[in-house]
Amino acid sequence: MSSEQKSFAAEIRSQTGVNVNRCYQCGKCSAGCALNENMDYPPSVVMRLLQTNSAESYSAVLHSQAIWLCASCQNCLTRCPMQIDIPQLMDYLRIQALEKKTVNKKSKKIVAFHRAFLDSVRYTGRLYEAGLIADYKVRTFDLLQDLSVAPRMFLKGKLPILPEIVKGRLKF
Amino acid sequence: MEIGFYPGCSLNGTSLEYAQSTLALAKAFGVTPVEISGWSCCGATAAHNLNHDLALALPARVLALAEQQGLTEIMVPCAACYNRLSVAQHALNNSEQLRSQTSQQLQMPLSGKLRILNVMQVIEKYIADKIPEKVVKPFTRKVACYYGCLLVRPHDVLQFDRLEDPQSMDSLMRQIGATALDWGYKTECCGAGFSVSRTDIVARLSGKIVKDAVERGAEAIIVACPMCQSNLDMRRPHIDRYLNTKITIPVMYITQAIGLAVGLSRKEVGLEKLFVRAPEMEMAE
Repeated sequence: MSSEQKSFAAEIRSQTGVNVNRCYQCGKCSAGCALNENMDYPPSVVMRLLQTNSAESYSAVLHSQAIWLCASCQNCLTRCPMQIDIPQLMDYLRIQALEKKTVNKKSKKIVAFHRAFLDSVRYTGRLYEAGLIADYKVRTFDLLQDLSVAPRMFLKGKLPILPEIVKGRLKF
Repeated sequence: MEIGFYPGCSLNGTSLEYAQSTLALAKAFGVTPVEISGWSCCGATAAHNLNHDLALALPARVLALAEQQGLTEIMVPCAACYNRLSVAQHALNNSEQLRSQTSQQLQMPLSGKLRILNVMQVIEKYIADKIPEKVVKPFTRKVACYYGCLLVRPHDVLQFDRLEDPQSMDSLMRQIGATALDWGYKTECCGAGFSVSRTDIVARLSGKIVKDAVERGAEAIIVACPMCQSNLDMRRPHIDRYLNTKITIPVMYITQAIGLAVGLSRKEVGLEKLFVRAPEMEMAE
């Protein structure tokens, strides 16, 4: 095997410590996954795809909706008889998908939200919710989102108009 | 008694009643929270989804600031912040290389010895034994205590409560006179950070949670996480549409429930900030 074809499983293991080959397909992760219904591949199928070690399967995983729908609730890890850290694996796969520009098309709004969130933290040091929603709307053209709930939040004092700027915040 | 305090972004905005009730409860029991000066966001879901380095550096900055200010113990009411800070400290303590790198990046020392406590741990440690003598309005209601994911998982890191059937909140609610019900969704995911980007998913997941609580006869859902609270409460119109019925059960923070029981006013615990109105829960003795 040439270095370029280094096994995907081996690469994942060296980057995250997660050994996908320990999975024996019991399916408890998929049974307990709250997002299973919305996923194209439930967690145990993601594990199986990674075990096959083919470029095609790996690409399917990196293009999948499943990796973006994982909410990191940790139910899978909690119940896995082999204690495989699937949530950590999902973090790695998402970042791979971003780097390789294979983000699932139906998941663009999820990514847009995360990006808008980090933008807010970058510019002010804290989450500035009014700015986050505006940023998200610009990114997604989803102009109607939360139009009904925002005024009530504002009236309850839950949506400050101005951001708080943190001095000495992390630069990134 | 002083204790470090990391409010986190939610408690400054959408969940300000959680901050209000936590601070009011602390004051009533002689605990003085000292806010970490210059704190910033823990990175939340966004950081660990998009950027591995930020997922560590953002929470590490908070830990380093707390240490720099001489704090040895911090209270972190938001379950998500509590989780991110704990996971970061665990990672830093497991790798000397990671710790020195991060410390260098932040240009601040990091001993990794800070004690990070969630709200139940603070109550158990400093308040719980004084609760019985202070209860003036027992909370004589049936409640479903909802822990969510981030408070108890991953257990290796957090070492807090039981994984599938946690009890800490149930036991505190019993102390103030409530009946804590057995139910099936204590640690099921509410949809968490998908509130804006996939509100449909939040409606389904939170809908199942609310439905089970109601079917078991709960009169209130008690929570300790701003994301859980806002998904079950603020997203109620979406939940109602998903379940095709109108559900009126209120979703209160544990600090609000205990606060009411020990005689704090509805205003002091920020009860009017909830979207689904909480009726009079407390019963005068």
